[in-house]
Amino acid sequence: MLHFAGRGIARGTGSGELLVSPAPISFLSGVDPDTGMVVETGHPLQGQKIAGKVLAFPYGKGSTVGSYVLYAMSRNGNAPVAIINDEAEPIIATGAIIAKIPMVDRIGISVSRLRSGARVMVDGVTGSVVYDGEILPA
Amino acid sequence: MELEPGDERILAGESGETRRQMMELLVALGKVFGAERLVRIKSAQVSGASYKTIGKYGLEWLNQLDAKAVVPAVLNPIGMPRGRWEEMGIDRDFAEKQQAVIAAYGRLGIRLECTCTPYYLNSPAFGDHLAWSESSAVSYANSVIGARTNREGGPGALAAALIGKTPCYGLHLTENRKPKVLVQVEARGTDLSIAHYGALGYHAGKLVGNRIPYFTGIRPDPDGLKALGAAMAATGAVALYHVEGVTLEAVKTGFDTNRLEKITVTKEEIRRLFTDIPVDAIAVGCPHCSANELARIAALLEGKRVTLPFYIFVAQGVIDANRATVASIEKSGAKVYADTCMVVSPVMERYKAIMVNSGKALAYVPDMCGAVSRIGTIEDCVRVGTA
Repeated sequence: MLHFAGRGIARGTGSGELLVSPAPISFLSGVDPDTGMVVETGHPLQGQKIAGKVLAFPYGKGSTVGSYVLYAMSRNGNAPVAIINDEAEPIIATGAIIAKIPMVDRIGISVSRLRSGARVMVDGVTGSVVYDGEILPA
Repeated sequence: MELEPGDERILAGESGETRRQMMELLVALGKVFGAERLVRIKSAQVSGASYKTIGKYGLEWLNQLDAKAVVPAVLNPIGMPRGRWEEMGIDRDFAEKQQAVIAAYGRLGIRLECTCTPYYLNSPAFGDHLAWSESSAVSYANSVIGARTNREGGPGALAAALIGKTPCYGLHLTENRKPKVLVQVEARGTDLSIAHYGALGYHAGKLVGNRIPYFTGIRPDPDGLKALGAAMAATGAVALYHVEGVTLEAVKTGFDTNRLEKITVTKEEIRRLFTDIPVDAIAVGCPHCSANELARIAALLEGKRVTLPFYIFVAQGVIDANRATVASIEKSGAKVYADTCMVVSPVMERYKAIMVNSGKALAYVPDMCGAVSRIGTIEDCVRVGTA
């Protein structure tokens, strides 16, 4: 078990299987809120379901409307259970808060060094992340 | 971030779930942008008013919020005039969804004015902190009025309206308002019209990008400043600019511009943007017209009939305060519409080439309406539109 001390962005706690994207994510047009799947062509997570996972990616990109897509995913039961970013930006931070998805950033290590499939626990108030897996080489 | 005890209590949920979420959002945005505290605002302008932008989920989110704005707040322009959408040729389904979004904001205590010129309705004062959204309004508030606002996203501006505060970073802080690039305009002896200032902004915005420019060699009036700033916010990401001897901070504070990178813009570079391509519609009021601009248009159209569709976009409050002028303009067959504009209305997509007197519209019409754009002075617009 590894503990990372990050920064709380959106309140709440969430735990589950980790899904890591080495690339930024655009929720508007990049993710289908009706299925919870990444649909952006050529994205490393294309075709993967992010619903129910702890989703880790460097940062958000694309349109600010992406915030409402996160809200839609939550309404449809397709939201990730928590989000970890290297660096929060307004689109994902806003989306996480209005969708009530716990979110942390700046955990002290690039999220690309965490392994998909590991168990992880995120606390959006304290910013702490508990990770049950190994650190991948940089 | 340091919060006042009252804000901590809101964050703990003592003022209800909506205010708790809005405070959480302001704190998160503050963290993202490195703010140390929140600052009290005098007014808000909320984007995300267009159904086309926020969609059914955005509307659903708005509908479950339960709080009232605590500072005066208005909305960004939407795709149609609220009262005259049928006349403008807007589809009923679009209109009904748009009305639902507006109603949701009304329930939250937002004044139902959809305008990019909120300063004509309730002008801020020098040094006031604001949470405004629309890029040209942000530029005008910062540059012409000397108020302080970042360019807010929709939910952030709504949160600011419902809480009465915004994170204090960026252009709220004096040290971030200094000029970063000097733009010397060589146009002495030329009478620059509002359209010329729009063209100057169109050109300069591409050169300065997101830096704060300091202009010399020009003396625009408030309408010229509005056109200049709006265009620079469209082709660049300029949210604040200074004009030597004209804008308040340049006059009151004074800036040392000696070590700044210098860019020169010539008369010819501005003039080159004016073409005489044929057009099938005229649209003015980007940003929405001032009372002065309306009076000028009325004088030019007096006794004439328009031969092309001729649109004039204005805030509802400005229409209400200038009823006789508006009636005189509409006698010519030109249409004066509130709440919308050539950039955001789907109606404008039916034209192939649109003539405007705005550098901002010159930049946005090709992408937003799929039409070619031509810039001309308001005199040229009237000449072409009544030929």
